[in-house]
Amino acid sequence: MILAALPRLTLALMALPVLAGLAGTVGPALAGGGAGFRALLGWPGLGQAAALSLVTGLGSTLLALGLCLLLLAALYGTPGFAPLRRLLAPLLALPHAAAALALAFLVAPSGWVLRLVSPWATGWTDPPDLLLLNDPMGIALMLGLTVKELPFLLLMALAALRQDRTERLMTVAATLGHGRVAGFVLTVWPGLYPQLRLPVYAVLAYAMTSVDMAMILGPTLPPTLSQQVALWQMAPDLAQGPLAAAGALTQLALVLGALGLWRGAEALGRAAVAAWAVSGRRSVWLDAPARRLALATAGGLWLGLAAGIAALALWSVAAEWRFPDALPARLTSAGWTAALPGLIPALSATLMVALAASLPALVLVLGCLEAETRHGLTATPRAMALLYLPLLVPQIAFLPGLQRLALATGAEGTWPAVAAAHLAFVLPYVFLSLSGPYRGLDARLSLAGRSLGASEQRLFWRLRLPLLLAPLLTALAVGIAVSIGQYLPTLLIGGGRVVTVTTEAVALSSGGNRRFTGAFALLQMLLPALAFGIAIAVPRVLWRNRRGMRA
Amino acid sequence: MTLVLDALTVTLGDRPIARLSATVRGGEVLTLMAPSGAGKSSALGAIIGSLPAVFGVTGRVLLEGADVTALPTRLRRIGLLFQEDTLFPHLSVAGNLAFALPAARPDRAARIAAALDSAGLSGFGGRDPATLSGGEKARVALMRCLLAEPRALLLDEPFSRLDAALRDQIRRFVFDRARSLGLPVILVTHDAEDARAAGGPVIDPFGRSINP
Amino acid sequence: MQRRDFGRLLSGLALTPLLPRRARAAGWEATLDEARGQTVYFHAWGGDPKINAFLEWVGGQAQDRYGVGLVQVKLAATTDAVARVQAEQAAGIVTGGAVDLVWINGENFAAMKQAGLLYGPFAQGLPNWPLVDTAGKPATMTDFTLPTEGFESPWAMAQLVFEYDAARVKVPPQTLVAFEQWITDNPGRFTYPQPPDYLGVTFLKQLLYGLMKDASVLQSPVDEAAYPALTAPLWALLDRIHPALWRSGRAFPANEPALGQLLADGEVFIGFSFNPGRASAEIAAGNLARTVRTFTLTGGTIGNASFVAIPFNAAHRAGAEVIANLLLEPEVQARAQDPAVLGFQTVLDLAALPPEDRARFDALDLGLATLPPDQLGPALLESHASWTTRLAADWTRRFGVAQ
Repeated sequence: MILAALPRLTLALMALPVLAGLAGTVGPALAGGGAGFRALLGWPGLGQAAALSLVTGLGSTLLALGLCLLLLAALYGTPGFAPLRRLLAPLLALPHAAAALALAFLVAPSGWVLRLVSPWATGWTDPPDLLLLNDPMGIALMLGLTVKELPFLLLMALAALRQDRTERLMTVAATLGHGRVAGFVLTVWPGLYPQLRLPVYAVLAYAMTSVDMAMILGPTLPPTLSQQVALWQMAPDLAQGPLAAAGALTQLALVLGALGLWRGAEALGRAAVAAWAVSGRRSVWLDAPARRLALATAGGLWLGLAAGIAALALWSVAAEWRFPDALPARLTSAGWTAALPGLIPALSATLMVALAASLPALVLVLGCLEAETRHGLTATPRAMALLYLPLLVPQIAFLPGLQRLALATGAEGTWPAVAAAHLAFVLPYVFLSLSGPYRGLDARLSLAGRSLGASEQRLFWRLRLPLLLAPLLTALAVGIAVSIGQYLPTLLIGGGRVVTVTTEAVALSSGGNRRFTGAFALLQMLLPALAFGIAIAVPRVLWRNRRGMRA
Repeated sequence: MTLVLDALTVTLGDRPIARLSATVRGGEVLTLMAPSGAGKSSALGAIIGSLPAVFGVTGRVLLEGADVTALPTRLRRIGLLFQEDTLFPHLSVAGNLAFALPAARPDRAARIAAALDSAGLSGFGGRDPATLSGGEKARVALMRCLLAEPRALLLDEPFSRLDAALRDQIRRFVFDRARSLGLPVILVTHDAEDARAAGGPVIDPFGRSINP
Repeated sequence: MQRRDFGRLLSGLALTPLLPRRARAAGWEATLDEARGQTVYFHAWGGDPKINAFLEWVGGQAQDRYGVGLVQVKLAATTDAVARVQAEQAAGIVTGGAVDLVWINGENFAAMKQAGLLYGPFAQGLPNWPLVDTAGKPATMTDFTLPTEGFESPWAMAQLVFEYDAARVKVPPQTLVAFEQWITDNPGRFTYPQPPDYLGVTFLKQLLYGLMKDASVLQSPVDEAAYPALTAPLWALLDRIHPALWRSGRAFPANEPALGQLLADGEVFIGFSFNPGRASAEIAAGNLARTVRTFTLTGGTIGNASFVAIPFNAAHRAGAEVIANLLLEPEVQARAQDPAVLGFQTVLDLAALPPEDRARFDALDLGLATLPPDQLGPALLESHASWTTRLAADWTRRFGVAQ
């Protein structure tokens, strides 16, 4: 039966390219009796770079998860939560590099915040010489990563939470005299976290290996390990290949180590929650400060996003914008008119690749979940780990090997090949966003359908699919956003012949021209924002007369 | 029409949790009564064929003399009414009823309208199920069940969520319908009043007679 | 003519230029025929919209004149193209490669040539080759001391120039001593791209030129025995100025564009670039303050050339040659030198051009900030590639890991 075999097929689709690519990395890393590793150990920055990767990765993940918990505990189900929910789509649509650039422009010493208060409040007519970005501790990078990871975790949490159950649990906790925060942490969180676990792991692995954000916000003396590996990979001296490969494998080991560390910390967290529950402390005093902090966080995110987009938009039309002017002295459309000629082909190629990766991903994921339902299969932890392999293994560790594979088969340079490569990154995210809602479907509805004589086929098309319309469209939008965010796979597998808004944006931003960076960052946001907009609007219109279908 | 449970036994591991032998004739109601979680939902799962593989099932379920034990739920044609509302939230009331009506039946709209009329719900076809009252939902659920043309009815505490006044009314509505269609009915409940109102024999999950 | 023969000798190879002229013309006709209808994938750094627009214009010319299409594959780094050809070679793809033409020089060229990744020699066979000023601009034949041997064709000259905001820097420091003094007097207002970035290492080499008694050793491979003593003054100078650099030397801009952005934001008052016309062009585009001017150091600054090369497995080799030749057309060169377009210096020998072509160059307005050729000062030769690697590694060891 095809459906029953689908999960295995999907796992193979995920694991094979990664393993084949990794094999292509292990070779050069070990070549010459480990010359690459010897060179790596001889690099004086190794310890510090590895520590930076660990600290920024673990720190930003912890911060993002903590804030996610705070926002849910303090605001879930209150009127304050609605604006936060609306914020998720644009935040998710904002590409990492654009988010980093916007953040950099806001908080840099010559950035917008200081421009707004200079010189009247600060007396500065020249930007102060302050180390706010690229700080050696990686604090700016950590904050930037957190801003991008928090919305993703929130989205995953919202997909996993069932509102009625959550409210019931919270009410029970409240009637027992617990504060809001205590009630959430003690009754809802223990059931929610296991569903968030894999997204958290993906976030951790991403945060440790992100190159584009680290390049803009991260320290440089030394940089994080993954950024250094990327620099080695880009070095014209081809002899640095083994060094880069050795670095990539070390990075992989580092990620695995961090995941192990995190697993250990999970046990501590569980023990702490259990101890809290047993202690009987109601901790009502927590609620007021938690609420204030949560509102401040949500407000800060809103303000940051609005200011960031405004900054990108302003820069895209600024002709002259000197410090400490709060606004550009002159405006020009040069950025946009120069972007226009290549825009239509770039946008259509981007959309084509994004759809060609996201739609099959959606079909495969649905097939796997259906197979679960129909054949009583369960996803073992090992299978899930395989599924998330492309997210857990650093891209820099297996993409070059994958490129060699594409070349050998003659597939590279074509958009289907690029879409196929994107599939490996898109599918896990689609699975992450869809599996929660799918497994959360009320099984009794299907049972009712069966007792009415409906076949599984009919149940799927007429019952489960429409019931899942909103999460399906959200998963598709997530897939599209992920595909559009891919730079390295597009460049390596596309051979430069597949031009997307992202390859254009990254190439242009390497020239440091803010006008073009701003224009292309906004364009990069356009398609995912549209997809998220559709995911929100279509169910709302379609189910406008179905109260039971509203989240 | 007759529903026969022939030594239908459910086990979890080595432990038997239900063992039933009974014959329910058309228009009769057999009540299966036990406190919550004492094997009655497993017994119910065995009858409609929805038990997960961890449970072991032996014995037979016979409908009109035919052994349906090996059939999947959808081919058993045993109607099921739940404790909670299981109207499909994405379909209108009429859509829910149409879902149940076999595809080969002509005059679909007229049949659905007639079903609604007979339940005192004329003109409710276009309504959103989420906007119905508890009693209305229960009646729509029953009509949906009946439109699928079942050969027996299984009631899983369908009245427990209704308030007392409504409860009696809906109970009578359901039993009257089943009786007039000549359907054998099994009622699963923990509520003695339900059991008394059903009027038939009352047994526990091991087939022992109970006096409610 | 004599100068050109000298150039050929320099290349050290018996090449197509030694063929009779008519044979060469006939060969070129065949190339043109083959090229017609081809689309050339030109892998070139895409970070500068001005360059992208220029290449777009070149593509239009190629289409009109020769029926050759041109697609610029916009790279964030040239090494992306190098890596790709290398991957193709590893995969055994010897024809139909993705890269037809690549903008290249220095280490990337050395790496590709050494690995046998380039097609050639072809440069001297281009009809426009005789116009190149190989004698006056030896960098057109020698790329980082490595003879090009016809494996790449020059298309633009570059020279290190410093850019300063005249509103904040009254007298630009034109000697090393004055420069050090200015940095100490203006803490936080100067920095350089972090080695091993190309421009950052160039800055180190520029300092070495000023600090060494005999800078000619830079033309030979690094002599390990002499190296510590030769470079000691450089590290001493850096140790002195680093505390007074931007961010106290605890962070460095990544590359030339990042440094340019710092100048534009007013974070630093003096920056530098490898293009004497960049400042004027950026002022014209509204990115730099109108008060920005340029200067060079007394004694000269490092200069080099930009080239195009054809990978060994290029799918559209004939088309690529046509583009390489088109880039040497006087009209194209003059357009590239126009500060309103690119502000790149030409590789052609102006004296050898027919009057109407010369007039195109004479008519150019230099722009606000560009030094006229006679004030640009001498162009110092790039060092041997081993210096680049050695200096970058040393810098990383000394400064690359902050405490």
